[in-house]
Amino acid sequence: MTARGPVGAWLMAMAIAITIIAGAVQAADAPPVAPSPALEARLKKLETELRCLVCQNQTLADSNADLASDLRREVREQALAGKNDSEIRDYLVARYGDFVLYDPPLKRTTWLLWFGPFALLAGGGLVWWQVLRRRQSASASAPTRDPAVEARARALLDDEPPA
Amino acid sequence: MIPELGHFALILALLVATTQGIVPMLGAALNRQRMMALARPAARMQFVLVAIAFGCLAWSFASNDFSVQNVASNSNSELPLHYRIAATWGSHDGSLLLWALMLTGWSCAVSAFSRNLPDALAARVLSIMGLISVGFLLFLLFTSNPFARLIPPAPEGRDLNPLLQDPGMVFHPPLLYMGYVGFSVAFAFALAALIGGRLDATWARWSRPWTTVAWAFLTTGIALGSGWAYYTLGWGGWWFWDPVENASFMPWLTGTALIHSLAVTEKRGAFRSWTVLLAILAFSLSLLGTFLVRSGVLTSVHAFATDPARGVFILAFLAVVIGGSLALFAWRAGSVGLGGSFALVSRESMLLANNIVLIVAMASVLLGTLYPLFLDALDLGKISVGPPYFEAVFYPLLAPAVFLMGVGPISRWNRAAVPELAGRLKWALAVALISALLLPFVLGRWSPLIAVGLFLALWLFASTAVNLWQRLKGSHRGNLWARLAANPPSYYGMLLAHFGVGVFIVGVTLVKGYEIERDVRLDVGQRVAVGPYEFAFLGVTPAPGPNYRALVGTVEVHRDGRLIETLHPEKRIYNASGQTMTIAAIDTGISGDRYVSLGEAIGGDGAIAGAWSVRVYLKPFVDWIWLGAFVMALGGFVAVSDRRYRLAVRRRLGALAGIAAAE
Amino acid sequence: MKMLRWSIPLAVFVVLLAFLWVGLGRDPHEVPSPLIGKPAPAFQLVQLHDAGKTLASDDLRGKVWLLNVWASWCVSCRVEHPLLLQLAKTNVVPVYGLDYKDKADDALAWLAQHGNPYTASIVDSDGKVGIDYGVYGVPETFLIDKAGVVRYKQIGPLTVEALQQKILPLVRQLQK
Repeated sequence: MTARGPVGAWLMAMAIAITIIAGAVQAADAPPVAPSPALEARLKKLETELRCLVCQNQTLADSNADLASDLRREVREQALAGKNDSEIRDYLVARYGDFVLYDPPLKRTTWLLWFGPFALLAGGGLVWWQVLRRRQSASASAPTRDPAVEARARALLDDEPPA
Repeated sequence: MIPELGHFALILALLVATTQGIVPMLGAALNRQRMMALARPAARMQFVLVAIAFGCLAWSFASNDFSVQNVASNSNSELPLHYRIAATWGSHDGSLLLWALMLTGWSCAVSAFSRNLPDALAARVLSIMGLISVGFLLFLLFTSNPFARLIPPAPEGRDLNPLLQDPGMVFHPPLLYMGYVGFSVAFAFALAALIGGRLDATWARWSRPWTTVAWAFLTTGIALGSGWAYYTLGWGGWWFWDPVENASFMPWLTGTALIHSLAVTEKRGAFRSWTVLLAILAFSLSLLGTFLVRSGVLTSVHAFATDPARGVFILAFLAVVIGGSLALFAWRAGSVGLGGSFALVSRESMLLANNIVLIVAMASVLLGTLYPLFLDALDLGKISVGPPYFEAVFYPLLAPAVFLMGVGPISRWNRAAVPELAGRLKWALAVALISALLLPFVLGRWSPLIAVGLFLALWLFASTAVNLWQRLKGSHRGNLWARLAANPPSYYGMLLAHFGVGVFIVGVTLVKGYEIERDVRLDVGQRVAVGPYEFAFLGVTPAPGPNYRALVGTVEVHRDGRLIETLHPEKRIYNASGQTMTIAAIDTGISGDRYVSLGEAIGGDGAIAGAWSVRVYLKPFVDWIWLGAFVMALGGFVAVSDRRYRLAVRRRLGALAGIAAAE
Repeated sequence: MKMLRWSIPLAVFVVLLAFLWVGLGRDPHEVPSPLIGKPAPAFQLVQLHDAGKTLASDDLRGKVWLLNVWASWCVSCRVEHPLLLQLAKTNVVPVYGLDYKDKADDALAWLAQHGNPYTASIVDSDGKVGIDYGVYGVPETFLIDKAGVVRYKQIGPLTVEALQQKILPLVRQLQK
């Protein structure tokens, strides 16, 4: 059974799709409307990872609260004064605590938070392995069966016509 | 009068629910036919009573009865009729009544479509649902009475929150609750099976359609909520990992694992205790979500006004329902038996791996959502856990599950051969890999994340196509149509749902990878170029609305010198509350959205006729996110239309089961 | 032994329940101050009642004092104001006001109308000193000791319980 037919069709479909998509997404850069687009982008990214303390369910970037605009002004001044992102974050944490960071810092109290999911995944993998091993030994002790009957049974179970 | 009628109906419903919760369960234990037979009429009566109560509340809203506290706080006579009715579920009390209505509705449906279940099983299922109803009705009547009167009546209502005055409010909560609450059916089946001691393939077959329908509704409800947030909140975001969003996502993840697990239990008899646990877990997460939204333990945009008494009640309810069911599980799951065996590489092992990954993902979302609470409770400080955490953790976790989605459906049950799988899938893998590596260059910017996202989506498309191709090729029927018709709807449902996931991933990857945002000051007549488009700002004019005053902006969208769309973003000031809302204007297309919203008037002294700050977004392929979700849900509905679940077949099954039970 | 494995979900849930129970008693909106135990941020601001003079944080070394953040536009401040007036009368601890993001005229008028409990008030019109102190809502009150270290922060209006059970005992201890 060759798969060249469908592969060819697939590549053709991709070629058409690419042409359509490319037109939609081309990001030709607009003439800068802000003093420094790179700075604006950096500030925007930083502000979306900070939490507004007044409207606590919004990022510093999105909030309309007075304190939010004050803090955005502070962040901008710090950036213009040459501070890097990490220093700006430290500045805010020194005043408001870790609460202001949407990206929880990695420290002893957050080890469980950051490593937990991957530890769980590893644990899950172990459980998976053990379950399979248990089934293997269970099936190994099953009585031998007639291969022809088994093949027919398997075909029926798979809802497919016998190969 | 009408509110009192509604209140009385709720009290009666509580009495009926109590009877429904106790008598049939006892009847099943003592094998008393008449006691068990009480279940069905009780479930129907309960639904009728709660529906009457709901109708009374809706009537109070529709007729502007401001002597009802709930109506006075959440409605207004200038509010259009459809929003007055939607306001019925716009508050804590009203939404609980909607919960109760959905719960009794599902119970009624179970009573109607379960004629072929053994009497004991049906009685236990309906009893358990009755007991859950008791909890909600008690909660309503004692802490959250939606019919509480306001004496003297208010002259006018405080208005529905302007954010909720939107078609989304009409559809999102009911559909979402249909999903949340629908998992109670699988939950009830699981507990009934544990109590009765019979947990076999037939139990899975009965549970499956109920669970799939609930899952499909939940998918739709979540997608609607996300789409609503996108166009309503004014900054183009569609998912914030907000605690209440997570509260709906966790049952969804568990529900997805559950429907796959049920498939294995139905077809192979394996995973029995795991499936039961998932069924308990899915509804438990729904209840936990209810607690989180209404108790005030977490900050959220969605949280209802809180009251300590309510929090304590729901917590006690959680303790009883979840604690009780997990205790039952601990006691009885061991006697359920091991089920069929299967090889290391087989469809079962892959579904098991997929389930484990989904549950780990769910646990991670739960961990992130509750972690600030954990630390605060232990006096270890206050932190925030937001999108940066969830995105860093969730996407890597889910990637293997998505990859398995391509391999699983092609694998054989019980024992699959790796060389055979590799042979079937190598072209799909190659095509997906190469396209994913090349596409980002064409689209404008290459990044590893975009390539990975595209790979996963293309892998899903390709492997789904290969699956269908091989099915059709291997069929011994005659023409194409006969070959297509030979496959059951459940097969097409599966293909659709998996395809929908691929569409969803395309949307997420491309919008995150290529979206552009510009926040600019525009004078009247000034243009700004963003991507291949030019946006011309033509000023703002005032216009009245039914219950608000609007400032309507006009923005023209040009491309290659041609005008392609005129958008009208608005700023609305609602009369009753004085609140301001930013209404975005979106030019939607299959390959992306042009999204414009007004900032502030900055032309001298706040004059609206001058310059404004305007936010312009380009969101490529963003609608594929919700399109993908709807295709997933459609897949679920298609799968349920399988004739396995239709009445005629069930009658035969029921007859067989009846014979077996009589022994 | 088999039963142990099946009891794990129940055990996890019980732990979760315990946390949720404790959580019901906490306020997730409250942002505790990281300044407790640290030196109070330095300031030097113009005084409200005498625009020619400034007051600096260094001037207050050697005494235990309260810094009350207030504004004429702040509604909750009116709730705590009688308490502040009472406290000022007892002369136990001096209260200095930080007039936060306010207009001097409005502030003076407000104090004239409602009474002035402050030994002195300083004007923070752009809110920068407020940010240094981690102010995120008004009113807030800080207790600062003789060495200029922040010892306590009251978020929101002062209450009788907070004064009697936390602030005044701490003041007496620090004044020794």
